[in-house]
Amino acid sequence: MQRLSQISYYLRESPMLAAGFIMVSIIVLFGLLGPLFVDTSLAQPLSTTPRMEPSWEHPFGTDDSGRDLLSVMVVGVPLTLRIGLLAGAVGLGLGIVLGFTSGYLGGRFDVVTRGIVDTLLTVPGLVVLVSIASTIREEISVNIMALVVASLAWMWPTRVIRSQVLSMRERAYVQMAKLNGMSTAEIIWKELFPNLLPYLAAQFANAVNWAILSSIGLEALGLGPQNDPTVGMTIYWAITFSALIRGMWWWWAIPIAFIGLIFVGLLMIAVGLDELANPKQRKAV
Amino acid sequence: MNWNYIVRRVALFLVVVWAAASVNFFVPRLGTGRDPIREKLGQLAASGGLRQDGIEAMVKAYQAKFGLDKPLYVQYLNFLGDTFTLDLGYSLANYPARVGQMIGNAIPWTIGLMVVSVLIGFALGTLIGALSAWPNAPPWVRSLAVPFMTLSAIPPYLLGLIVLYILGLKMQWFPLSGGYSPGMLAIASVDFYLDVLHHSILPALAIVLQAVGFWALGMRGMMVTTSGEDYVTLAEANGLRNRTIFFRYGLRNAMLPQFTALGLSLANVVAGQVIVEVIFAYPGIGTVLFQAIQSSDYTVINGVVLILIMSIGLVTMLMDFLYPLLDPRISHSRQN
Amino acid sequence: MSESVNNREPLLDISGLEVHFETRRGIARAVNEVDLTLYKGERFGLVGESGSGKTTMILALLRMIKTPGFIAGGKAVFDDGTDLLALNAEQVRQTRLKRVAMVPQGAMNSLNPVIRIGEQMMLTMREHGEEGERDELMARVVGLLEKVGLKPEAASLYPHELSGGMKQRACIAQAICLNPQLILADEPTSALDVVVQRQIMQTLRQLQIGLDATVLLVGHDMGLMAQFAERVGIMYGGKLVEVGTVSDIFRNPQHPYTQLLISSIPSFETRGDFKGIPGVALSLLDPPSGCLFHPRCPKATDACAQREPTLKEVSPGQWASCLLHEEEHDATAS
Repeated sequence: MQRLSQISYYLRESPMLAAGFIMVSIIVLFGLLGPLFVDTSLAQPLSTTPRMEPSWEHPFGTDDSGRDLLSVMVVGVPLTLRIGLLAGAVGLGLGIVLGFTSGYLGGRFDVVTRGIVDTLLTVPGLVVLVSIASTIREEISVNIMALVVASLAWMWPTRVIRSQVLSMRERAYVQMAKLNGMSTAEIIWKELFPNLLPYLAAQFANAVNWAILSSIGLEALGLGPQNDPTVGMTIYWAITFSALIRGMWWWWAIPIAFIGLIFVGLLMIAVGLDELANPKQRKAV
Repeated sequence: MNWNYIVRRVALFLVVVWAAASVNFFVPRLGTGRDPIREKLGQLAASGGLRQDGIEAMVKAYQAKFGLDKPLYVQYLNFLGDTFTLDLGYSLANYPARVGQMIGNAIPWTIGLMVVSVLIGFALGTLIGALSAWPNAPPWVRSLAVPFMTLSAIPPYLLGLIVLYILGLKMQWFPLSGGYSPGMLAIASVDFYLDVLHHSILPALAIVLQAVGFWALGMRGMMVTTSGEDYVTLAEANGLRNRTIFFRYGLRNAMLPQFTALGLSLANVVAGQVIVEVIFAYPGIGTVLFQAIQSSDYTVINGVVLILIMSIGLVTMLMDFLYPLLDPRISHSRQN
Repeated sequence: MSESVNNREPLLDISGLEVHFETRRGIARAVNEVDLTLYKGERFGLVGESGSGKTTMILALLRMIKTPGFIAGGKAVFDDGTDLLALNAEQVRQTRLKRVAMVPQGAMNSLNPVIRIGEQMMLTMREHGEEGERDELMARVVGLLEKVGLKPEAASLYPHELSGGMKQRACIAQAICLNPQLILADEPTSALDVVVQRQIMQTLRQLQIGLDATVLLVGHDMGLMAQFAERVGIMYGGKLVEVGTVSDIFRNPQHPYTQLLISSIPSFETRGDFKGIPGVALSLLDPPSGCLFHPRCPKATDACAQREPTLKEVSPGQWASCLLHEEEHDATAS
């Protein structure tokens, strides 16, 4: 109950966060409730008349191979979200472990971690993923996709969490806890973790954002799950079959609208949480 | 800056290249237990065709370096040797084209498009972000920041589809694809350059539209901090002009972390722009990569991946060398 | 308070100065009807605990009060008739540094970290229309640096290459580059160690005498005030409660608040910070009726909660704002 009231306090305090929250909720509800109202079998090729403009019967139109785009979205949006959440969770988890250890312990471990993270960040992740994904192209499924993306989703969380832990370590209340004889694990769990929660939430939003962005980037290059109608693959097929020049705007515009809603929502959540964590930034809005 | 630092930084760059090359070598071999290049060569050899001779030559050359009779470490050393001499081999799909040559043809297009649009996006975004956090800025500038920050959330290639549809297909103001008109002679003439410029506006616009908000968002936070610094207050108390305080005291100092961010984000920025080229069939390195993926041309994929990692590593290294010129407090002479 | 002190001419006549801050819970009067005349060539010290309005007063004279604060009334008239508070934005900009200069509180971070000291000073001079060749301006900069005790080489250094005391000297050199008539110094040595503090204050004093400028020094270190200032003003809750010469204020304080301040100073050579006064700190949002100090005042009477005292001359050159003295006046008058 206390958590809930705190969340509602955050939402009232930051309209940005609330707007982002609403946007992402709409997407999630669409994926959860969609199958109750929409016939998902129409997401299969050759299940209906191809190349139809949006109408009452097919609100989002149909594509070249006879798939109803509303059904495709109902099936595809949760798949894309799953990639993002899975990879984001793995990335954040690794980031928390590495960031806390590195920031709190310091020393040689910190130097090595920091060096690796800063170096990997300058490597174009998507390009490395292209190299990995292109060799296993035929075997890519939604879960493998998530793992491939997660393999590079931990650097930013590690970097940000590390520097936050580093600055918190010196604050008075942590020093007090140390003097009171709390163990390192206790200090991390009882003192640092709760204070970092808004940061961690913001980092999770960022990591999910990055993961979805990367997965859609890979899919736009054709390196996605070939048999699953994820949002990114829908865009890939639209590009491959020149939907743009053939005037089938609904084919690419609808997945873009969904992606836009996800990304803008996640960005607003991240920015909103960041503002809550750094009250100094709030003045700027 | 001293030699010690330069040597260490160059060594780090070489380590990055080595790591990238190793990923290229080991991921296909260890991950799936097979070598896709060998498989592809096998397919090509079996299917026969007009250029059978060439393919046989290619298979022989490949066997000499990476044959199964060779131990893995010999193959690996051969691979590293090729990498560091920039010998990227032949294209599997377009024999006898060499990978280096294909990338070489494409790279001026990519560099031209990217440098211009990254710089415009960075400059505009930095300015708008700084103004949006400056207490004395006109309100309309502040309101400008919001739509740009929204656009920054959407990948540039998707913005590309939208501008392509509106400005290219509906308005017909700009060509839909390519780097220049098909009938055009690719020679250095004013007409040709204007044609190239005309073709580059839409892809550049897509990149800039996304980048402005991205840089504005980062800059806003830094400018909030900087505008509260004592030296900004004293500059105002000393009666400096608003414009001077904004540019030379506020922006100039808030930009320093922005440059660090540019170095760290360059990788992601470039990756997004590679796909923009695909959308516009722009004759750059992204399109080469896309076509290589379509035709399972693994040597080209590996080559593009390696070149992209190397060039971004190179730019990041140069930025590290230049940074002390921007911030006098940082000097590489001390251990840091 | 218009007659001269030590036969000096008035420089700036502040009257009825009001600075308000708008908050969610109402308006706070951070500076409350302050009347004060500063004389040419004098060193005036303004003392008060934090929140007493002394820093706000300095910012008001620089016209640097930021929202939610605003100057709600009053005048600050120079000897030539210019009212500081009536100038437009561009006039304010030109007045700063040329007539009113500030020596900042936090010298550690008061210089632009990416511009060399000399370049910063030249930039500042050019912004005020000081034309001239680079060499000419540079020669002036070097002259200024020597005046504050810095070597000419300091001109080509970046701020981070200077020590705290050197930075403060550079700030002072910049403050006097256009020969201002009034120098506002807000605890200019609070971040420095004691030895450097003394040196800086000596430099400031020499310069002030050389320029025949007026210095308004704000601080809470009574010892520093006693050494530096000729006259002292005491502020409480945005009001000026007592003004007088240093010796009058220290030997014969008239306002109960001043008396408590003086008696709370560690006795050794009257040096050190004051320790605070018993009682609940004043809330500017919910001020008491009558005299602002009466809830904490040991000498308060019933009348103090009813009537607001005004600044009255208690003895020649010494003014206090306390009903105690008004009643004495009334008593002797009747």
